[in-house]
Amino acid sequence: MVPADVFRFTLTTFRSNRLRLGLMLSAMVIGVAAVVILASLGEAARRFVIGEFSALGTNLVLVFPGRTETSGGIPPLVGEAVRDLTIEDALALLRSPAVIRVAPINVGTAPVARGRLERDATVVGTTADMLQVRHMKMAEGEFLPAVDPRRAEPVVVLGDTMRTELFGTEPALGQWVRIGDRRFRVAGVLESAGESLGIGLSDAVFIPVASAQMLFDTPSLFRIMVEAKSRAMIAQAKQDVIAIIRDRHDGDEDVTVITQDAVLQSFDRILRALTLTVSGIASISLAVAGVLIMNVMLVAVSQRKAEIGLLKAVGASPRQILLLFLTEAGLLAFCGGLIGVGVGELGSQLVQWWYPVLPMGAPVWVIPAVLAVALLSGIIFGVSPARRAARLDPVQALARR
Amino acid sequence: MIQLEQVDRNFMVGEQQVRALADVNLEIAAGEYLSIMGPSGSGKSTLLNIIGLLDRPSNGKYRLAGRDTTGLDDNEQARLRRESLGFVFQFFHLIPRLTAAENIGLPMILAGIPAEQRQQRIRQLLQDYGLTDRADHRPDQLSGGQRQRVAIARATVMSPQILLADEPTGNLDRASGKEVVRIIEQLNNNGITLIVVTHDPELGRRARRQLHMVDGRIVEDSAGEHAHGSR
Ligand SMILES: Nc1ncnc2c1ncn2[C@@H]1O[C@H](COP(=O)(O)OP(=O)(O)OP(=O)(O)O)[C@@H](O)[C@H]1O
Ligand SMILES: [Mg+2]
Repeated sequence: MVPADVFRFTLTTFRSNRLRLGLMLSAMVIGVAAVVILASLGEAARRFVIGEFSALGTNLVLVFPGRTETSGGIPPLVGEAVRDLTIEDALALLRSPAVIRVAPINVGTAPVARGRLERDATVVGTTADMLQVRHMKMAEGEFLPAVDPRRAEPVVVLGDTMRTELFGTEPALGQWVRIGDRRFRVAGVLESAGESLGIGLSDAVFIPVASAQMLFDTPSLFRIMVEAKSRAMIAQAKQDVIAIIRDRHDGDEDVTVITQDAVLQSFDRILRALTLTVSGIASISLAVAGVLIMNVMLVAVSQRKAEIGLLKAVGASPRQILLLFLTEAGLLAFCGGLIGVGVGELGSQLVQWWYPVLPMGAPVWVIPAVLAVALLSGIIFGVSPARRAARLDPVQALARR
Repeated sequence: MIQLEQVDRNFMVGEQQVRALADVNLEIAAGEYLSIMGPSGSGKSTLLNIIGLLDRPSNGKYRLAGRDTTGLDDNEQARLRRESLGFVFQFFHLIPRLTAAENIGLPMILAGIPAEQRQQRIRQLLQDYGLTDRADHRPDQLSGGQRQRVAIARATVMSPQILLADEPTGNLDRASGKEVVRIIEQLNNNGITLIVVTHDPELGRRARRQLHMVDGRIVEDSAGEHAHGSR
């Protein structure tokens, strides 16, 4: 038999029983559409998280004080004294040719007041470079001045919520606010940035890192954000950071250095795995559709006994009968799969329209994979009916008793 | 061409064994025209099915064109059915969703013959059997006589050496029956070996050689009386 004839013959079986066709198709359509929509959702979640995380900055290397044992080894018995990270440490990192900018960061909470109006706010001590490192934008005025980070200038930059809460619609630039027991002049206001991984920049105020050290009475930094020159330089920057700090800390490696890239990659891995798992679970519905195909095909075999007997009488071998019925089951499953992909894409569009923040869209591998699984399930569950047809005794099948 | 030696065919019906064929010895030469008659249940169809390789003997030997068929597997038997044997049934057994032309072409599709070649052969047969204007009709749009002519065309599309007909006129009116008989006898005149099972004595007598069966045995063989003596 020529393959084209096998397909043509199979298509004639479709047009003879529309109800059966519809039933078998719809089961597969629903299953495949579910897989496509769930995979799109998983992919949307991944893109959303990655997008949020990328918005934090580009080519970032984060330095935390203290050593985190990620290797799972036993911590040293003789406790190493953890040295503070200082502004000098941060400035020393600029010696690395792979580092373009550093932003030392100090964080605390303090009341911010204008006259009798007072709010508790997150106070971030940092330097001028923070603006670029952290991809922030100014709405009014200037960010912190680019002076020696060791100088405690009395200037403050407000997040946009803080600005409205303290000043309403009145002009804020050049005005004075009190943070703790010190006075700061408003140099600028940040553009509204919305939420970023749950950290609201809008509720924060930014002051020079030296001022923050005095305010919170601590010489140590909360962390240092380092921007590498390029993506290729990230590894180099990380190595240099570790070497420079170790050198400054008498040979102790008492900091933890994480690259944004590595965090991104592990998020990426986790969310991809999640998408895969969810799609895999949804694929079980394809097996259910396969079982339905099997049952409907079994009915078809007993309904078409005379036809099978006749085919044998005119010279069809058991192998050919097997092939014909497997083709029928496989083609049904595959067509159902194709329609299901269409329905799934449509469903994804609908979700997208409903929740515009979700970047919906099934990952590219999903469509060929789900079609392959649909086809496979059709063929696997088609085996039993096809074998029954192939084994049919032609004399019995042709007899009219 | 066809040789059966001590062929039995037993069926188990519940606990009971039914002997549909008992010790059948039969030799049929190429080009013969043979009718098989006998009462209902005497084993006529069973014998025809065994000759047509749709069924296997329980005991005994069946040689077709010099080859022992008992050793052949299902696929080899299917090939012989496709190339050497043609069947015509009482109930036509056309596939209802296929057109007349498609039904006729079925054996060629199974044989893997390319489409252009098929079309040519089908057109020829449609013309031979006066079905040209019915080519695209489905079986339910055809009369009984037309259906049986489509069935004969399908049986002969591969130019088999043997044509087996089980009550070919059993479901037809006299006129259509006559036409069918004329067609298959014409095929026999052109060399095909024709074996017809029938209840109709008039049709049975037309054959040059006539078998009578009772209870699974051949009780009368006109060839035996004239040519070979009693056997
Ligand atoms: N598949 C089967 N299972 C059990 N018994 C069978 C089977 N096929 C045939 N028989 C029996 O074998 C015997 C011969 O049957 P067969 O169909 O050959 O008769 P027949 O001569 O063709 O009869 P009819 O003229 O009615 O068609 C009958 O007794 C029948 O009941
Ligand atoms: Mg019969």
